[in-house]
Amino acid sequence: MLEIKDLHVKVEDQEILKGVSLKINRGEVHSIMGPNGSGKSTLAQVLAGRNTYKVTKGEIIFEGKDLLEMLPEDRAREGIFVAFQYPVEIPGVASTQLLREALNAVRKHKGLEPLKHVEFIKMVKEKIKSLDMDDSLLQRSVNEGFSGGEKKRNEVFQMQVLEPRLAILDETDSGLDIDALKIVAKGVNAMRNEERGFLIITHYQRLLNYIIPDFVHVLVDGKIVKSGGKELALELEDKGYRWVGDKPSNATAAAQS
Amino acid sequence: MELELKDIDSYMGSFNKLEKYSKWSNFKWLHKIREEAINSFSQLGYPTQQDEDWRFTNLAPISRTSFKMVKNGGPKLSSTDIQQFIFSGLSCNQLVYVNGKYSPELSTLKPVKDGVKIKNLSQAIDDERDLIEEHLSHYAEFNNDAFSALNTAFIEDGAFAFIPHGTILNEPIHLLYISSNNVVPIITNPRNLIIIEDNCQVDIVEHYVSLNDVAYFSNVVTEVVVGENSLLDHYMIERESQKAFNVSTLRVQQKRSSNLTSHSVLLGGSLVRNNVHPVLAGEGCHSLINGLFMSTGRQHMDNFMKVEHASPHCDSRQLYNGILDGKSRGVFHGRIIVHKDAQKTDAKQTNRNLLLSDTAQIDTKPQLEIYADDVKCTHGATIGQIDENAIFYIRSRGLSEESARAMLLYAFTSESLKSMKVEQIRNYVEKLVSDWFTRGNLIQLNS
Repeated sequence: MLEIKDLHVKVEDQEILKGVSLKINRGEVHSIMGPNGSGKSTLAQVLAGRNTYKVTKGEIIFEGKDLLEMLPEDRAREGIFVAFQYPVEIPGVASTQLLREALNAVRKHKGLEPLKHVEFIKMVKEKIKSLDMDDSLLQRSVNEGFSGGEKKRNEVFQMQVLEPRLAILDETDSGLDIDALKIVAKGVNAMRNEERGFLIITHYQRLLNYIIPDFVHVLVDGKIVKSGGKELALELEDKGYRWVGDKPSNATAAAQS
Repeated sequence: MELELKDIDSYMGSFNKLEKYSKWSNFKWLHKIREEAINSFSQLGYPTQQDEDWRFTNLAPISRTSFKMVKNGGPKLSSTDIQQFIFSGLSCNQLVYVNGKYSPELSTLKPVKDGVKIKNLSQAIDDERDLIEEHLSHYAEFNNDAFSALNTAFIEDGAFAFIPHGTILNEPIHLLYISSNNVVPIITNPRNLIIIEDNCQVDIVEHYVSLNDVAYFSNVVTEVVVGENSLLDHYMIERESQKAFNVSTLRVQQKRSSNLTSHSVLLGGSLVRNNVHPVLAGEGCHSLINGLFMSTGRQHMDNFMKVEHASPHCDSRQLYNGILDGKSRGVFHGRIIVHKDAQKTDAKQTNRNLLLSDTAQIDTKPQLEIYADDVKCTHGATIGQIDENAIFYIRSRGLSEESARAMLLYAFTSESLKSMKVEQIRNYVEKLVSDWFTRGNLIQLNS
């Protein structure tokens, strides 16, 4: 469903991704691991459509379409969802308001009628409960005053409501305690099926104890230096990133942060 | 009779001509006030930017314009013409003015309980002499304020309301000032006097609108007395034509334990100055001064707050939000005066501004004058742009860039809007605000 071919990406003249290729088929869970500054989040941002990242070479095909030609909102409507590493606070916009408009935009794109208000509320309440979150968060402004863990869980909650075809989780596990981590994993696992693809970007192997990936890729200094099965994650945890490749240069690390 | 007002001499001349033919020529007390007022105006003249209170506002567009004062009001309007300015689903005591002249045909007065009086000021000067003499021009000072002086010199039409002890007025008082079809620039001097006795609850809306995109000048003074333990929610909705001038002063005298909520929504006009001046005269008063101004093109909107704490244990909150686009300019001038006896004052002021273009400009200036020693006064101002990260985040969830922007702008205004307690008025304002976001232009032309 997603094919990334020889992707080169620059941020302010600094090359961050230096030829990444990756193919995700329907129903597959891929994980990208890598040290800080390797370009993991850049990949997530490029997939989401952030225009401060310049693609200098390569292509991304999503379900037969050129993803790089699409606006961020069109990507979302086509079924791409990125759970961001640092979700933005939006004072004054209630979570339900954003989600309802987002869901209806996606539904409209699919040729569906907007969801009735009652059904929408029922659905979001069920989903938020399954993530062990208080439903008072629904009335609060998006991410405003949320703890770090609440923000991450809120991203997973949005993903559950929007039901994307391809979900990209950018360090959704970072900074979570073990209970929150399990809840996030449960939320992701509940959505796994034969149609949906996942790209799970993480710095730590820990999350992959709970979300078992089909493939693991190691990104170092803007390149995938090793790919393998789930056992690769354990091996990495054991031996460290140096085992798979070069230490990332300081310059790249600085540009990434 | 038509009068020309161009320079100080012509203002004086017009005044003398009016006084000569005034139906109130034997009302000595009124004559005295008006004469003092015109003398004040002729001494003061229009303020210049040398005057600290007018530092950011150039009044040349007003002082250079020759205005006509019309005595016969405007063209006949039908209720369909004004339908767009009515709050849907809300029954109001409605006084309608066309080009400054009271229109009984368009006005609707509800049956009210004994003692409540709502009528045109001109009528009240004849009927309610004692109340008028006791209150008119006792609060809005004209010795240092040219616009109040000018208004006072030409007092005629406007609203008069008297709300006696213990009245809960269920139907808001809606004052609708419509400008229509004036070929040359006219000046109107709407004058409102609202007297609320103790233990009352009242909602008042001042609403300035235009049916045509023409130049004129609304010079408004509203005096309100809020009695002990009474509640007043005052709404000022300004949607004058894009070529119009509007200078308004709201002067509220608050008695003990009274509660004022003042909402100002400024959307129209080319040059607008909105003065809000509550005096918390009795102990334990509360004032919430809530404002939202949205400007575009070359509009200039000057918000001048003067919150005067004159007694102990009073709270005031100023919450002003501005959104500025195009080459528009905004001013927020927030003065808090705490008199010597006003111990335990708790005054807070917040002004937030969002600039949507590189050429829009805002001047924000807090000014605290504190003569008591046990008080809490805070102020804060922010000026920012729309958060591009938030735009991207919303787009990444499937909303268009335009929707994302509208959502963020709307969120910025929601704080101001949600404190408007009368739902139908809030809905009306919300509609104006969301139209502004989508069209960037609020003036509904008749054509």
